[in-house]
Amino acid sequence: MNVLLLVIPLALALGTLGLFAFLWALRSGQYDDIEGAEYRVLHDD
Amino acid sequence: MCCTDMALAYVEAHASWSAANTKPSLERDYTAFMTRGPDGSTRAAFAVEGIRCASCMNAIERGLADLPGVAAARLNFSDRRLAVTWRPEAEPDVAAVLSALDALGFRAQLFDPGRHSDAETAETKRLITALAVAGFASMNVMLLAISVWAGNVSDMTSENRDLFHWIQAVIALPAAAYAGRPFYEGAFRGLRAGRVTMDFPITLGVVLTLVMSVVESLSGATHAYFDGAVMLLFFLLIGRVLEQSMRRRTRMLAENLAALRSEGATVVDADGALRDVPASELVPGARILVRPGERIPADGVVERGMSDLDHSLVTGETAAVSVSGGDSVFAGALNGNGALTVRVTAAAGASLLDEVETLMRRALEARSRALVLADRATRLYVPLVHAAAALTLAGWLAAGAGWHTALLSAVAVLIVTCPCALGLAIPAVQVVSAGALFREGVLLNDGTALERFAEIDTIVFDKTGTLTLPEPSLTHGDRDETGALSVAARLALSSRHPMAAALAKAADGAEPFPDAQEAAGLGVRAIVEAVELRLGSARFCGAEAEAAAALADNPDASVICFRAGDAPPIVFPVHQALRPQAAEVVGALLSSDRRVLILSGDRASAVEAVAARLGVTEWEAGLTPREKIARIESLQRAGRRVLMVGDGLNDAPALAAAHASLSPVTAAHVSQAAADALFLGRSLTPVLAVLDAGTRARRLMLQNLWFSAAYNLLAVPLAAAGCLTPLIAALAMSGSSVIVTLNALRARASSAGVRPAPVAITGRPASPPAIPLLQGHP
Repeated sequence: MNVLLLVIPLALALGTLGLFAFLWALRSGQYDDIEGAEYRVLHDD
Repeated sequence: MCCTDMALAYVEAHASWSAANTKPSLERDYTAFMTRGPDGSTRAAFAVEGIRCASCMNAIERGLADLPGVAAARLNFSDRRLAVTWRPEAEPDVAAVLSALDALGFRAQLFDPGRHSDAETAETKRLITALAVAGFASMNVMLLAISVWAGNVSDMTSENRDLFHWIQAVIALPAAAYAGRPFYEGAFRGLRAGRVTMDFPITLGVVLTLVMSVVESLSGATHAYFDGAVMLLFFLLIGRVLEQSMRRRTRMLAENLAALRSEGATVVDADGALRDVPASELVPGARILVRPGERIPADGVVERGMSDLDHSLVTGETAAVSVSGGDSVFAGALNGNGALTVRVTAAAGASLLDEVETLMRRALEARSRALVLADRATRLYVPLVHAAAALTLAGWLAAGAGWHTALLSAVAVLIVTCPCALGLAIPAVQVVSAGALFREGVLLNDGTALERFAEIDTIVFDKTGTLTLPEPSLTHGDRDETGALSVAARLALSSRHPMAAALAKAADGAEPFPDAQEAAGLGVRAIVEAVELRLGSARFCGAEAEAAAALADNPDASVICFRAGDAPPIVFPVHQALRPQAAEVVGALLSSDRRVLILSGDRASAVEAVAARLGVTEWEAGLTPREKIARIESLQRAGRRVLMVGDGLNDAPALAAAHASLSPVTAAHVSQAAADALFLGRSLTPVLAVLDAGTRARRLMLQNLWFSAAYNLLAVPLAAAGCLTPLIAALAMSGSSVIVTLNALRARASSAGVRPAPVAITGRPASPPAIPLLQGHP
C-alpha cells in the first residue's frame, strides 16, 4: 500500500494544477465573452 | 444585414426612435467618457446596436483597427459592448470611431464610465472562484470517500481509512472555509439585522458536518462526512452563480439600452463653446443647449429660445406646451421645433421631480409586500428542523444511549436537512423563468417579482406611452387624396419636431426641399416653384378654424398644419396610436376575470377615446402623481393585487406602490428603476407573458418546495434513527438537487398559451427565436 503515498499526492497535485489553470483563465478574462470566443476561433487572423 | 435575430430586432426597433439624438452633428468634447490606462493609453467603451452575428463582429474590429491612433478594438459579443483603446501618443478621436461604425451600419453610443458595474463583475468572479474551489474539493474528497466506502465493505485496514479521512480533512476544511464565505457572510449579516435567512441553516449544517467529521476521524470511526459538506457547498454555489449571472446580464443589457437612448447633455461654456457631457455630470447653474427633437436632460429654466415641449413622458399630457424665456422645464420633456438654452436648476422646491421622488420614497417605505416564498419557507423550515434535531437528541438520551450517539444522530438530522434542494428550489426557477421571459422581450429587474406577478388580479394602465406608442403617427394613416400629404411630408423632413417626424414617415424616401428653413417655435417653410410652402402650428399657417374643427373630430389628437401659397390650409391630425395588440391584450385580461383600469395624466377627451376603443369602462384622466398613487393604494386596501403598467415620470410613484409593476423600455429613467420588469418592443403582449410566466414560476416553486419537504420527511426519520451513512447522505443530497433543478427547467416550456387565442399574430413570428443569454450554450 506504499504506492498510495505516491499516487494520492500525485492525483491531488494534478487536480490543483487544473484548479489554478481555471482560476488563471478566469482572472485573465477568458470567460468574459464566451459567445464571442466561439466565433473568433473560426477566423483566420 | 447578414443574418436575422428577431429578439435583437426588438431591441433596435424601440431604441431607434430617438435616433436624432445620437447623430454626432458638432464638435464635441468626449473626455468625460474616457478612462486612462496606467501606460497612458486611452480607453472608451461603446454600446453598439445591430450586432447580430460573427461577421458583424469581424467587420467592426477590422474596420476600427485601421483608424489612426487606435491600438485595439475589441467587441464583447456577449454583452454587445465595444472597447476601443488608443495608443498613448495618439489623440483619441471618438467622432472618427462613431462615424466609422456608422459607415459600417452600426449605431453606437459612448458609455459613461461611471455606469460600469465593477462591483457586480467582481462579485460574479468571486462566486465563480468559490464554485471552482468547491468543485475541485468535492471531486477530490469524493474520490477518497468512495474508496473508504468500498474499503468498509471489503478489506481496508483502519490505518488506511484514518489516513484517507485525514487527507479529506486537509482538502475539505480550507476549501469549505473559502468557498462557503458567501453563505457565512450572508448568515452573519442576517443575524446582525435580527433575521434568520436561508444562509443560517446552511452555515450551521456545513460547520457542524465538518466539526463532527473531524471528531469522528479523531476517534477512528468508520464514517466521516467531509464529502457531504463540500458537495453541499458546490450545489448551493451553482444556484448562487446562476442567480448572479442572470442579474448581471439583465443589468448589462438594460444599461446598453439606456446608453443607446443617449444620456448626454450639451453644455454651453461661458465662451459659447459646446461640449457633450454625460447627463450625470450636469451641475446646477450649468447652461445647456437643447436642440429640436432632443429630450431635456435636467430640470431647469429656459434662458433663451422658444419652443413647444411634449410632456407625454413627464405628465402623460399629449398636447404640446409652449415655453419661452423664464419658463421652467422638466427632465424628460421632448423638445419641439426650437432650440432652447436652459439653465440647470438645483432640484429645489416644488419641481415635479421632487414631488415624484418624495412620493416614491413614501411608497417604497410603505410597501408592505407579502413575504416572498423563500422567506416564508425559511421561517417555517428553520424552527422545524432545529426542533427535529433537538427532539432526536432528547429521544436518544431518554432511550438511554450515550451522549456520543445522541449528538451524532442530532447532527445527522441537521446534515440531512441542510437545505440543499431548498436553496436551489427557488433561484433555479427564477433563473430559468427570467431566461424564458427574456426571449419574450421582457427584462426582469427583480427575481422575486415573478411570484408577485402570479397573484395579480387588477391591472392599471397608464395611457400615454404605455397603451399607446411613445411616438406620434398620423391619425388617418398615409392616405393621400389631394397630393398634399407627399409635399407636406417632404417638407417635414427638414423639421426635427416630433410631430413633423410622424408626417415625414409618409415621405417615402423623397429628398427634403433644398432651401427649407426651420422657423424656431413656428414650423418649416420653403419656396418651391415660386409658391411658399408652410408646415407647422395652426397660427403659422393661418389655419386656426380648420385646426379647431379637426380637434373636435379627433379628441385624442394634436394637429400639424400645411399650407401651399394661398390655397386653403390642410390640417393633419397626429395622435399616438395604440400599441399593436393592445385591444387583444386588454380583451384577454378582461376575459380572464381581471379588472382593468386606465389612470392617466392626460386630458379626459383623449383618455375617453382610448378607453372606448379598448373596451375599458373604468378610467380616470388628468391625475397627478399624488392622485395616481392614492388610487393604487385604495385599490390595494380593498384587497386587490395591482399590476401597474406605466412609463411616465408621473407613474413612478404608482409603479413603486403597486404590488408588481411593468414599464416599457422607452419609459423615463425613474420609472424604469421603479418597475419590476421592462418590456421591449412595440407590442403590449409582454403584459400577458409576465402574468403567465409568474403563474408558471410560482407553480414550479411550490412544487419544488413541496418536493423538498417530502424529501426531508423521508430523510429525517432515517437520520434520527441513526441509519444515515455518508453514502445515503450523498445520494439524497445530489438526487434531490438534480430533481429540483430539472423541475425548474420546465419553466422554459414554450409559452404558446401566453397569447390570447383570437390574436391574429400576423407579421410577427409565432415564437420569437431564442437568444442564448442565460443558459450560455444551448
